[in-house]
Amino acid sequence: MTWKQVFTSSVGKKLVMGFTGIFLILFLIVHVSLNACIWANDGGDMFNKGAHFMGANWVPRILEIGLFAGLIIHIIQGLALELSNRSKRGIGYAVNYGNKGSKWYSRSMGLLGTIILLFLILHLSNFWFPNRSHQGFLLGEEINLYQKMQEVFSELWVVIVYVLGCISLGYHLAHGFQSAFKTLGVHNKRWHALISIVGYSFSIIVALMFALMPLSFYFGWIS
Amino acid sequence: MEHYNMNLTLKIWRQKNKDDKGGFQSYQVKDISSEMSFLEMLDVLNEQLIHSGQDPIAFDHDCREGICGMCSLYINGKPHGEWKGNTTCQLHMRAFKDGETVTIEPWRAKAFPVIKDLIVDRSPFDRIIQAGGYISVNTGNAVDGNSLPINKDKADASFAAAMCIGCGACVAACKNSSAMLFLSAKVAHLALLPQGEPERHSRVMNMVAQMDKEGFGACTNTGACEATCPKEISIANIARLNLEYLTASIVAEK
Repeated sequence: MTWKQVFTSSVGKKLVMGFTGIFLILFLIVHVSLNACIWANDGGDMFNKGAHFMGANWVPRILEIGLFAGLIIHIIQGLALELSNRSKRGIGYAVNYGNKGSKWYSRSMGLLGTIILLFLILHLSNFWFPNRSHQGFLLGEEINLYQKMQEVFSELWVVIVYVLGCISLGYHLAHGFQSAFKTLGVHNKRWHALISIVGYSFSIIVALMFALMPLSFYFGWIS
Repeated sequence: MEHYNMNLTLKIWRQKNKDDKGGFQSYQVKDISSEMSFLEMLDVLNEQLIHSGQDPIAFDHDCREGICGMCSLYINGKPHGEWKGNTTCQLHMRAFKDGETVTIEPWRAKAFPVIKDLIVDRSPFDRIIQAGGYISVNTGNAVDGNSLPINKDKADASFAAAMCIGCGACVAACKNSSAMLFLSAKVAHLALLPQGEPERHSRVMNMVAQMDKEGFGACTNTGACEATCPKEISIANIARLNLEYLTASIVAEK
């Protein structure tokens, strides 16, 4: 089997989505854990120290390139798959199959992913881009990200968009987490039960924690 | 169960041939017995059409006992109708109420073009099987059936996958028109048995390649196929197929 065959067949494309998906899930764990430092209630000291480590150290900055690569592959492959899969039916049904055998969010991964992508554009332009451009895209001095969060999350529409982004992420993960492991070949009942419990819990916890961040700032739950 | 007769309105897809645009046409059937099978009900309608000089509705059928995989039909939004783990020929009219409107469509997938009315061309499945869904056997005396020990759990899983009758309901139900459940059943069935071992890696590679060539979509693990499969083939077979593919990519000599 050539590399082209491995990754460009219909199963191969799933493997690409699964591998990058799990990689992005790992990133979410780092991201949500670090951001949870805002709840230390110390005026953002602990959070800014964490942010400083991530932003002004070569190791995470090199890993950041890998993160973007994984993200871009996941997005492009996902959109390409969605468009290609949609073109396979031809004439549609007069009566739709609907929810008889699958969950709406399992069938809407392309839509949920697109919402997350739009949210990401806003999110990166709120934090990542201003900070990196302030740093000259190298290891220069950073902006105070805690203050930036306070500023960004003082606007209601931004908070609403963030919460909607988190809800989309939660549903995307509810399908994606389990699906990624099935794509990598996990197939016995014992493991299916485990990944389904872990997958649902992960989706709810991560989406909820992220959503609570803008809400905490907006409603002044942290000092 | 109480027997009753019913009158139904049938909305059926009519299409003269592959190139015809096609469209829905409504028909009335009267005094249909609740004990008839769905295909017998269509036979009644076809008798009516023939008597009135019209072209009868073309639909696939063969054994009419749920084992051959010939019958199809997307009935009221579900392949093989509402009943779980059931083929169209085993769907009985007691599943419907008097006065109901029933919409009957062919399988919809570009890879399964309509030949006429409700009949679609399912030869892509034959070509997928030809690409690797077999084992090579030496000629000569038949080997004693019990000479080759096979793990019971594996034999059971293999038999469960071998239940697939290749009807194509999985493709019809899948939002991506993917044939992955069919393919995975065929791959898993042989991969689990020692007889399937010699062609194990080439089988999965060639069958996946043929499926892609036929123009089916990719799988996104939604589970719609498993829910509609008349033989209740488990979607776990798709995960097994993925593992077979990944393993083949790592360990195959070529």
